[in-house]
Amino acid sequence: MAKELWKGNEAIAEAAIRAGCRCYFGYPITPQSEIPEYMSLHMPKAGGIFLQSESEIAAINMVYGAAGAGARVMTSSSSPGISLKQEGISYMCGAELPGVIVNVMRGGPGLGTIQPAQGDYFQATRGGGNGDYRLIVFAPANIQEVVDLMQEAFELADRYRMPVMMLLDGMIGQMMEPIEWKKPPVSPDDLPKKSWATTGTKGEREPNIINSLFISPEACNAHNHRLEDKYRRVIANEQRYETNDTDGAKIIFVAYGTPARLARAAAGILEKEGIKAGVFRPITVWPYPYEALHQVAAQESVKAVVTVEMSTGQMVDDVRIGVNGVKPVSFVGQAGGVVPTPREVANAALKALGR
Amino acid sequence: MAIVYQRSKGLADIETHYCPGCTHGIIHRLVAETLEELGVLGNTVGVAPVGCSVFAYDYFNCDMQEAAHGRAPAVATGIKRVLPDKVVFTYQGDGDLAAIGTGEITHAAMRGENITTVFVNNAIYGMTGGQMAPTTLVGQRATTAPLGRDKSHAGSPIRIAEMLATIDGAAYIERVTVTSPANVMRAKRAIKKAFELQIEGRGFTLIEVLSTCPTNWGLTPVKALEWLNENMIPVFPLGVYKDITKEA
Repeated sequence: MAKELWKGNEAIAEAAIRAGCRCYFGYPITPQSEIPEYMSLHMPKAGGIFLQSESEIAAINMVYGAAGAGARVMTSSSSPGISLKQEGISYMCGAELPGVIVNVMRGGPGLGTIQPAQGDYFQATRGGGNGDYRLIVFAPANIQEVVDLMQEAFELADRYRMPVMMLLDGMIGQMMEPIEWKKPPVSPDDLPKKSWATTGTKGEREPNIINSLFISPEACNAHNHRLEDKYRRVIANEQRYETNDTDGAKIIFVAYGTPARLARAAAGILEKEGIKAGVFRPITVWPYPYEALHQVAAQESVKAVVTVEMSTGQMVDDVRIGVNGVKPVSFVGQAGGVVPTPREVANAALKALGR
Repeated sequence: MAIVYQRSKGLADIETHYCPGCTHGIIHRLVAETLEELGVLGNTVGVAPVGCSVFAYDYFNCDMQEAAHGRAPAVATGIKRVLPDKVVFTYQGDGDLAAIGTGEITHAAMRGENITTVFVNNAIYGMTGGQMAPTTLVGQRATTAPLGRDKSHAGSPIRIAEMLATIDGAAYIERVTVTSPANVMRAKRAIKKAFELQIEGRGFTLIEVLSTCPTNWGLTPVKALEWLNENMIPVFPLGVYKDITKEA
């Protein structure tokens, strides 16, 4: 199939429709407003539902209701709006509802800035709402990967009955790249039936109840352990990552999203200066590919692991967990909409080598 | 022997957790009877709130979703948009609907969302132990207004039926109570009309039901009914506030 030039935000919306998503609820916020704009025009054409809600809180609760009614459903927002959705995300996890949530991250805290950043990593990977829960979090680094993962996100959401978050920095949402459309993993016409959904009993079965309330401590404890078992299955089966030139490297950069591209440029600079550097890029930031990272970092050739982020250092905590002390871990990053330069990243590696 | 009364098929055959004398039980029955009489029990999805009626999902004999506090109209919107042929209702108290959920209920009405809301107003937060609600009367005591609601500090009670009746998308808004057999019959007629209009696709419908809370009001069930009649109805007058079937 021929390649087409797509903007990240519009591509993510189109990918969702191609994946059989027929329901979108959202609220405008920069830098992701192209998603609801695209949906408002194209979702009805696909026979689906677009609704602009009165708030991000309402949008995620509409997602909850629609998911409970059995629909393939999504919402999108950017950092401050994602904060507002945390209540609903927690309820979706508690009630075991599938759905896809797109966060096109901007600088924070508070209103921050509308420029790209990665300050929501803790919120995305540690559970931003109340209670013990996790989301599957995809962190694509280019628009081809955005559309491929977007289609897969709905599959995983349905399979595990949990929300999946697409965690993009604003750079990925706003830029254009050539992509190729692949067939979604499951045809939208052939989605699995959801026997638990509230679609009316028709007098033929006991009522279905979508609920996250378990008032007795024993029942709530059991529910939490059931969720824990599910998250363990996700950890065992869904870790994704990519390595570039890590074999025999002296420097390992670890980065996700746009900084992973900067890290590859930095590795090129170092290569010219006679230092072999590679990039380890988590594609799922939850579940985090700790073991794979550990193996890369533990190679004899590796002298230092350098984490690159568009934040003041969040994922670096996971890098330290993965590396687990076998090699020194350092950090380079800029926050609030400033993007580190490849030279800056390369210099951080040189510093880590004591140069 | 002729059966003159029995439990509605719309209610699950289990005990509720409601306090003695609380009128939630009557209101549940009216909703359940309505769904049964309209023949839509198997075609209905209800949304339960947070508050005294949080366990409503166990009491109604139809598919149910439990919403976060105040968000039931947004959850119901999601359900109704996906399943436009289903009957969708929310059952919400005054803390849920008139405080934390004012945004969601207002915009559901604004969109003319084709759902029915049963709004139970007992002028207090019951589940959490008698705190002041937005509907608490001026001078009425609550655990967070121990000297009574002070208008200069906490304002006056909000009148939801009147407020929502100003919104074009609202098709039918009525305030009723259940303090006497006659009032119960009127409440039933109102609830049934609201569901009928939803089935006809006429838009957003809400029935506000003035309800008692003997426990947190510190009154016997009978005294609570009298207190409601004497004190709440003057502040929250009964009647139809919006009826598109009566408009030209």
